[in-house]
Amino acid sequence: MNKPVKPEDTGAILKVVGTRPIRPDGVEKVTGRAAYGADLHLPGMLIGKIKRSPHAHARIVSIDTRKALALPGVKAVMTSADMPDLAAEHYEAGESASNLKDLSANVMARGKVLYHGHAIAAVAATSNAIADQALDLIEIVYETLPHVIDVEEAMAPGAPILHDHMLTAGLGETPTKASNIATKHRLDRGDLAAGFASADVIVETRYSSAAVHQGYIEPHACVASYAADGQTQVWSSSQGHFVIRGLCAKLLKMRFSDVRVIPAEIGGGFGGKTTVYLEPLALVLSQKSGHPVKMVMTREEVFRATGPTSASVVTVKMGAKLDGTITAAQVDLKFQAGAFAGSPVGAAVMTSLACYDVANFEITGWDVVTNSPKVAAYRAPGAPNAALGVECAVDELAEKLGLDPMAIREKNAVRNGVRAPYGPVYKNIGYVETLDAIKSHPHLSIPLGPNQGRGIAAGFWFNIGGESTVNVSINEDGTAIVSTGSPDIGGSRASMAMMAAEVLGIGVEQVRPIVADTASIGFSTVTGGSRTTFATGMAVVQAAEKLVIDLKRRAAETWGVETDQVVWQDGAAHCLQAGKAPKGSLTLAALAGSAGKTGGPIATVVALNAQGAGPGFGVHVCDVEVDPETGHVTVLRYTAAQDVGKAIHPAYVEGQIQGGVAQGIGWALNEEYVFSTGGIMENAGFLDYRVPVASDLPMIDAIMVEVPNPAHPYGAKGVGEVPIVPPLAALAIAVRHATGVRMHDLPLSPSKIRAAIDAKAG
Amino acid sequence: MALVIADYADCRALTGGLRSFEVEAATVRELLQKIEERYPGLGDLIDQRMAIAIDGTITQDAHGALLEPQSEVVLLPRIGGG
Repeated sequence: MNKPVKPEDTGAILKVVGTRPIRPDGVEKVTGRAAYGADLHLPGMLIGKIKRSPHAHARIVSIDTRKALALPGVKAVMTSADMPDLAAEHYEAGESASNLKDLSANVMARGKVLYHGHAIAAVAATSNAIADQALDLIEIVYETLPHVIDVEEAMAPGAPILHDHMLTAGLGETPTKASNIATKHRLDRGDLAAGFASADVIVETRYSSAAVHQGYIEPHACVASYAADGQTQVWSSSQGHFVIRGLCAKLLKMRFSDVRVIPAEIGGGFGGKTTVYLEPLALVLSQKSGHPVKMVMTREEVFRATGPTSASVVTVKMGAKLDGTITAAQVDLKFQAGAFAGSPVGAAVMTSLACYDVANFEITGWDVVTNSPKVAAYRAPGAPNAALGVECAVDELAEKLGLDPMAIREKNAVRNGVRAPYGPVYKNIGYVETLDAIKSHPHLSIPLGPNQGRGIAAGFWFNIGGESTVNVSINEDGTAIVSTGSPDIGGSRASMAMMAAEVLGIGVEQVRPIVADTASIGFSTVTGGSRTTFATGMAVVQAAEKLVIDLKRRAAETWGVETDQVVWQDGAAHCLQAGKAPKGSLTLAALAGSAGKTGGPIATVVALNAQGAGPGFGVHVCDVEVDPETGHVTVLRYTAAQDVGKAIHPAYVEGQIQGGVAQGIGWALNEEYVFSTGGIMENAGFLDYRVPVASDLPMIDAIMVEVPNPAHPYGAKGVGEVPIVPPLAALAIAVRHATGVRMHDLPLSPSKIRAAIDAKAG
Repeated sequence: MALVIADYADCRALTGGLRSFEVEAATVRELLQKIEERYPGLGDLIDQRMAIAIDGTITQDAHGALLEPQSEVVLLPRIGGG
C-alpha cells in the first residue's frame, strides 16, 4: 500500500522528489576513488598505535614508557597523563550529553582499566613495524581485579564494583553504597494491579539478547595535524565532524576555532561513529611529535574497544481480555552499559510499549556498568531489545487467546489522538496504515511447509530533528552547490540535491551536493537519529526558497516591474506583466550570468533547529525454515512495511529498510560478543563474529507507507532506525512457530535451537 | 494556562510527586523560568536533559516556541538515535 503525497497536499506537482536518480557520490565509491578516513597521506606523517589492556579489570600500578621512547623511529608516546584530568561535566554533543570525565577515561584509561582492550598508552612512529615494537616496550604493572560482564551478575550483591563513586540514581533517595547500577528509570501510568485483575489471561516471559556490534565495514580512522601555532586539522570518518571537533576541544581544553575537522567519506556508522576514540589521541601525539599522525584501528580493535550495543534482559508481564484488549503491562529492562554509565535503556523504556494503547503499565529500566567496552548508539538504540520482549509477549498472548497475531495488534494499536506511553498525544502517525499494508500483502497468504514458521512483529522509533546549517549558491552558469554539515551515511547528498532541485525548478544533475568541513559551514549536529533528511532537508528547502525570492527580485529589477509580477517556474522567472519581458522569461542561467548587475553573487545560508520530527512505525513479517537436524535457520522471505512520511528518494528509503532488517536478522540469528572466563572477547573478527552476507538473506520486500509529516516541506519522516526494531522478535516468533519451541535467548544459533528441539522431544 | 505533564520519575522527584500542574506562559522560555521558580532544579533539568512535547509535537531547545493558553506540555527525556 503506497500512499504518495498528492499534489494538493504540497501545493505543487513534484518533479524531482519521489524519483530515483543515481546518487552523486556513486561513481567515486564504485570505482574505489572515494577517500575514506584511512586514505589521507601527509608529508612527514607518522603512524599512531595504541597499547591496550590485557585484563578485563585491573588497577594500573605503573606505566614505564622510557624504553619505547628510546626506540629509534619513535617520535612520541602518550598516556592519560598527557590529557587534562577533567571533571564530570556533561557536554551536549551529538544526540545526547557526554560525561567528559568518562569519555576521557574511555579513550585513555586513567587509574584503572575497565575492559579487555581498553586503551592505556599510545605511540607515534615512523612505521607500522616500529610502532608495534614500541608498544611491546611499554612496561605496565597491573593489579588485576575480579571482573563482571553479565548484566544480571553485575547487579547482584557482591559483584565486583567498577566505579567506587557510582551511587544509583533514580531510587528516590541517594544510596550510601556504590553499585554497578548507574540509574533506575521508571515510567508508569494507570493502576497496574487493577489492570491485571481485569485480565482474563496473563503471560509472564523473559527474553535476553547478546551484545552486538554495529559492524560497519570501515574501521575507525583519522589523521591529525597539530601546527606549532596551535592551529590543528583533523581528517576523520565520523557521523558528525562538528561533534568530533567539540569533543576533541573539550577533552584537550582547546579552542573550538583551533580545531578544524574535515569529514572523510564514511564506510558505515549506524550510530557507532557519533563519538571519539582515536582523534584526541592522534592530536596529542601530533602535538608531542610535531608531525601529522594517522591512526587506523584494526577490525579486532573495533570489536574490542568501540561501542557495541547493550546485552539485555527483558521481562514482560502482560494481561488481556478474551477479546484481546491488553489491560496491563509490566516491563523490566536490564541493559549492559559497558565500562561507563549510559546504555540506551532510557529509550528502551520509552519505546517498549509505543505501539500499544495500554491504560495501565509500569516500565522499569536499569543502566548497568560492566567490564566490557562502553556501548555506543546503534540504530534505534534500545528499541530492538525492548521490542524483542514486548512483541514476543504479545505473540504469547495471541497464542494463549487463540487470536490472530495481526488482529491482537490491530485491536491495541495506537492511533492519532492516543497518548503515547512515553507522554505526548500521537498525531500524524501511520501505524494503522502500516498494519493494513502488511494485512493486505500477499506474503500472509503464502502457505508454509514442514519445519517452517511465520513471525510478525512491530516496532517504533521517535526520529529527531535538531540543528543544521546549509549553504546554497548558484554558479555563474545556473548550476547550484548545496553545502551541508551533515555527513552522508545513507544517500543524504542525493536527497539534499533533489530537494534543492525541486524548489529551484532545475534538474537534479545540475545540483552538486557536498559535505563541508567545520571551518566552512555553520554547526550541524550528527547524522543520526534519522534526522538528516528531515532536519538538514528542511534547511535545504528553506535556503532554496530564499534564493527563489531573491531570483524573483532580480528578475523584477531587470524588467522594471514589481516582484509580485514575477513567478518562478521550471527554473526560470516569468513576467506576468505583458510587454515588460522581451523574452518572456529569465532562466536561472541568465540571472546567474548577470548576477553582478543585480546585486552580486546568488547565495544564501539557512541555519535552524528543526522541530516536529514525525515518529515512525514498522510492521514486519518473516518466514523461516529450521533444519531439525542442525538447528540452522533459513530466512525464506521477509516483508517490512514502514510509515516513511514521504520518500524523497524511494530507492534509498527501501535501502534503509532492507539494511536495517539485514542487521536485525544478524542480531537475531548469529551475532554476539562471546567472552572467555577471563573477560576476553573470543570472536573479535568477522570470521567468528558472523554478520549476515547476501547469500544468507532473501530479497527483503520493503513497503513504503506514506503518511506525510506536516512539519517537513515534503512530508518526510526519518526512516533509518525503525527497520532494525522488529526483526529480533519477528525471527524469534517465526522460529517458535517452525519448531514449536519458544527460544528466549538470542542469538538463535543452530546449537541452541537443536538443544531446544532435543529437550522438547525429551 | 498550559497544562504541564511530568510523568517521568526525574521530574516527579522535583515536583514532590506531582504528575501534572498548570503554568501561565506564552513561550517555552517563560515556561522554563516559571517552572524553575516553582520547582527549583526542574527548569534546569528540562533545559539541559529533556525534550518538551507541545500539543503532541516534540521539541528540543525551542525556547522561542509559542504556547497557547490551552496547550498541553509533556516533559520527556531527550531523544537521540543511531
